[in-house]
Amino acid sequence: MNNTAMAPQRTGKTTIADAWRDASTEATRHLRIIPRNPELLGFSLVQPIMFVLLFVYVFGGAIQIPGFASYNQFLIPGIFAQTLVFGSSFTAVGLAEDLSKGLVDRLRSLPIARSAVLVGRTFSDLARNAITFLVMLAVAFLVGFRFEGSLVAALGGTVLMLAFSYSFSWIQAWIGLSVGSVEAANAASFIWMFPITFLSSAFVDPSTMPDWLEPIANHNPFTRLANAARALYNGFDPGANLWWSIGWIIGITVVFSTLAIRKFSRAAS
Amino acid sequence: MHAVEASGLVKHYGETRALDGLDLQVPKGSVLGLLGPNGAGKTTVVRVLTTLLRPDSGTAFIDGVDVLQNPQEVRARIGLTGQYAAVEERMTGRENLELIGRFLRLNSQARKARAEELLERFDLVEAADRVAKNYSGGMRRRLDIAMSLIANPAVLFLDEPTTGLDPRSRIGMWEVIEELGADGTTVVLTTQYLEEADRLADSIVVIDRGIKIAEGSVDELKDTIGGDRIRVSIAKPENIEAARQALAPLVIGDIDLDPDSTTTLSAPIRAGGGVVPRAIRALDDCGADVVDVEVRRPTLDDVFLSLTGRRAADEEAVSA
Repeated sequence: MNNTAMAPQRTGKTTIADAWRDASTEATRHLRIIPRNPELLGFSLVQPIMFVLLFVYVFGGAIQIPGFASYNQFLIPGIFAQTLVFGSSFTAVGLAEDLSKGLVDRLRSLPIARSAVLVGRTFSDLARNAITFLVMLAVAFLVGFRFEGSLVAALGGTVLMLAFSYSFSWIQAWIGLSVGSVEAANAASFIWMFPITFLSSAFVDPSTMPDWLEPIANHNPFTRLANAARALYNGFDPGANLWWSIGWIIGITVVFSTLAIRKFSRAAS
Repeated sequence: MHAVEASGLVKHYGETRALDGLDLQVPKGSVLGLLGPNGAGKTTVVRVLTTLLRPDSGTAFIDGVDVLQNPQEVRARIGLTGQYAAVEERMTGRENLELIGRFLRLNSQARKARAEELLERFDLVEAADRVAKNYSGGMRRRLDIAMSLIANPAVLFLDEPTTGLDPRSRIGMWEVIEELGADGTTVVLTTQYLEEADRLADSIVVIDRGIKIAEGSVDELKDTIGGDRIRVSIAKPENIEAARQALAPLVIGDIDLDPDSTTTLSAPIRAGGGVVPRAIRALDDCGADVVDVEVRRPTLDDVFLSLTGRRAADEEAVSA
C-alpha cells in the first residue's frame, strides 16, 4: 500500500487562498446535506410562510399606517427581515451539534485554516437563508405585496437583510460554541431574538409604544434594518437608516467573528 | 527519534489536576496502550498531543515537530479518532472520506482512489454509498478510523475506540487495530478495558490522577505483582488446614484463604513447574477432596489493583 504516489500531501502552511478553499469545502458539506434533511428544510420554510399569512390576515385589516397604501406594504419587509434574522439560529444549533458529535474536534485536528469551519458554516447558512427568502417573497406576492420602488432598490433591500442576518450568524456561532449542548443552543439562539425583532419598527410605528419603550425601539439596530428595507421596497429614500444598518452589519461581523474564531480555536467538546 | 515524545505535561482545571507532570515516549511503529480509569487523564493527554488543548506547562513533540510551537504542522502528521464516532451522519461513507481528502488537498483522482482503498480495507464497500446515519456502531467507528488514515498519519490516536460497542463489534475493532499495528502504524490507544490493552498494545503506560504510575510490556507489568498463582478448592472446610500443609512445599509464598470462602486457597507459584499434578496428588494424599484447581496468570486488572488499590473499571471490570 504505497500512498506517496498520492501526494501532494498537505503541510501546515495556510495561505488566504487555502482558508477560502477550506471554507468552501466546509460550506459544501452543509449545502449538500440540506436536501437530505427534508423535515428540517420543510419546517424552516413553513415558519416564514406561516408568518407572512398570519400577520397579513390577522393584523392586516386592523392596523393602518399613515403613508402606506396598505399595512402589507409596511409589514412584509419587516417579516422578511425578522425571518431572515431568525434563520441565523441555524448557525448556533448546527455548530453545537457538530461540537457534541465530535466533528468539531475532528476538524480542529486537521491542518486546515482555523477560520474555515465557521466561515463555511456561516456562508452555507446565508445560502439557506436566501432560499427561505425566495419562498417568502413568492408568498408575499401571492397576497398582494408589490415592489413600489425600483427593482435595484428592492434588490438592495434584500442584500441588506441577508447581510444583516449574516452578521447575526456570527453572534450565533459564538453562542453555539459557548453553550454546552444542542438543546441549550436551541433555546439560547432564539430567545433573545424575539425582543430584538419585536421591540422595533418592524411591525408597528414605535411612536405608538409607551414613552419609555419608544427610544429603545428607535435605537434598536433591527429598527434601522427594518426602516431601510421598507424604504427600499416601497420606493422611499432610506436615508441614514441605510448607513446605520451597514455600520451595524460591519460592527457585529467584526466583533463576533473575532470572538467566535477565538472560541473555536479553544473549543472543547 | 520517537514518534511521540512528551515530558512534564501539566494541565489543571481549577483544583482538578487532569495532568500532573506526565512523561510519554512512543517508539515509531509501536502500539502504546494508555491505560487508566475514568478521569485518570487519558483523554486530556490525547487532546494535548493532538493540538486540541494547550497544556499549562511541559513539552510535546510528534514525529519531531513541536506541538506547542507548530501545531499546524503537527496536525498534518496525526490522525485522531475521538470518543465519538465523528462522522457526518447525513453523508455517505464515501462522501465522508472524500470530504477529508478534499480538506487535505488530494486531487479528485487521488481522493477517489484513497476512499476506495480505505472502504475496502475497513470492510465498508457494501455500505459505501449509504448515509452514515444508518450505519451500526461498529461501522461508524471503522469509518471514523478510515477518515483518520486518509493522510497516512505518522501517529494515529485512538481515544477509547471500543467504548459503547457491543462485544462483536469490539472484536471486529480489535482486528482492525491489530492490523494497523502489524502494518507499522504508530498508534496511541487509550482504553479502560484491560483486556483490550493486553491484546493490542506492544507496551503499556498506566496513568492515574494525571501521572504515570507504571509502564512496560504486558508481561513486565504482570511480573511486577508476582507472576502465576495456583488456586485450589476442596470439598470440606474442616480439611483446610491439612490442605494448607500439603500445598506448602509446592508454592513460593504465603498461602491465602479466599476472603469469601472457607474451602479455597491460593498462593504464588513458580511458572512452568508442573505444580498442578503434584498439588492434586498431595491434596489427595492428605484426604482433602479436590473440587477445582486452576493456575492463573494475573490480569491487568490485578496489576491496576495492586498499583492503585482500586479496580480500573468498577462496574465493568473485564476479565481476560
